[in-house]
Amino acid sequence: MDASTWVTLALTLKVAAWATAINLVLGVAVGWLLARRRFVGREFLDAVLTLPLVLPPTVLGYYLLVVIGKRGWLGGWLQNSFGINLIFTWQGAVIAATIVAFPLVLKSARTAFEAVDPQLEKAARVLGLNEWAVFLRVTVPMAWPGILAGALLVFARSLGEFGATLMVAGSIPGRTQTLSVAVYEAVQAGQDATANVLVLITSVTCIVVLLSAGRLAPVARR
Amino acid sequence: MTLKRLRCTLATALVALLPFAAHAADLTVSAAASLTNALRELGPAFEAQNPGTAVVFNFGASDALLVQIAKGAPADIFASADQETMDRADTQKLLAAGSRRNFVSNTLVMVVPADSTLGLKAVADLQKPEVRKVAVGNPASVPAGRYAKGSLEAARMWAAVEPKAVLAQNVRQALDYVARGEVEAGFVYATDAAIMKDKVKVVASVPTETAITYPVASVAGSPNPDAARKFLDFLLTPAAQTVLARYGFARP
Repeated sequence: MDASTWVTLALTLKVAAWATAINLVLGVAVGWLLARRRFVGREFLDAVLTLPLVLPPTVLGYYLLVVIGKRGWLGGWLQNSFGINLIFTWQGAVIAATIVAFPLVLKSARTAFEAVDPQLEKAARVLGLNEWAVFLRVTVPMAWPGILAGALLVFARSLGEFGATLMVAGSIPGRTQTLSVAVYEAVQAGQDATANVLVLITSVTCIVVLLSAGRLAPVARR
Repeated sequence: MTLKRLRCTLATALVALLPFAAHAADLTVSAAASLTNALRELGPAFEAQNPGTAVVFNFGASDALLVQIAKGAPADIFASADQETMDRADTQKLLAAGSRRNFVSNTLVMVVPADSTLGLKAVADLQKPEVRKVAVGNPASVPAGRYAKGSLEAARMWAAVEPKAVLAQNVRQALDYVARGEVEAGFVYATDAAIMKDKVKVVASVPTETAITYPVASVAGSPNPDAARKFLDFLLTPAAQTVLARYGFARP
């Protein structure tokens, strides 16, 4: 196994970690909103945000190219205002992985928040906690196992994200080429030996993630 | 009633599944991505001359097609964009003996987005700092990428371009990256540039160390050897060559 394989693994973990961190914040915020607030279009918003779960990644990749590409409305604005380009960068891969995996944490977080007994929150308020304190010290801790489970699913999904990532971030060895893309490249080129090493690493990494998830779960359930 | 409905459902399911059953006279052609438009036009012409034969195309990077065939994909015809890939197919004994022939030739060009303002004129301009990304087919699996790399190496430019290279899965993806303006320049065939004249601009023709000729052969063990042979002959007929020439392909 050569140095470039380690670089690919490190890059894949970096992209997955960022996608998970971003999704944790977004998932908790939007999950709580959907679980606890009543507003017009709530279920519609839920459906739209769940779309990445059912849409083919190539469709998402195309949407992203159209939106954040140099000629897209958002990408063009970022390019002209700040000189930021997202296509063919690892940040682009993070955006692709974040969007593809978002429904996983959203669904878990929403269900977890809905399961928290509002009576406990009321009791906390009666005892003098303000809304932020109620949210951070009562609601989130009680919903945490569900949120954590969602976050682990996000991490696992981000590790394996392929379609949208390839379309948005391309395949630049050492910079945007993640494990799944590297496997595809190796198979396309008929480099079976390389492919064997890469799939083995991917499988081992996923087993480690699943085992860690199993270890984390009892702690969270306490 | 229920039984009748069940039978009805089964019959519908069977009819729905019929198209998936292999058609005896299907001729599967695995061809280099750069041949996409020209062969799509030639397919129906061949079918018209050979009633009962349906031509099915599978386009992709030549090396990827070779891998598929080597792993047992049911292709009857293999057309690659370089001799090297076909040589490997030959070494692996995947070709029907004596069927290999060259049928077209092509040239490599450097393209930029049609609205590019960088004023790139030659391969050497890729060293400029404002050129940040260059679309190149992955040299490991895409002939157009190998030609580009070989040519850049000969010009002692590969070291400067490699860090900027965005590796495409096939030559048409490299073309798409340029057409969308996501890269400042790219390497494609003249025939690819010609199908997107409104979106990409050819700024230089790139000399390659070996001439770009496309070999085609029938695959060993093809279930339709007769149709395969007819298709190979058909590609060299004046009518087929006229269509290929219209897409910019020269005679071999």
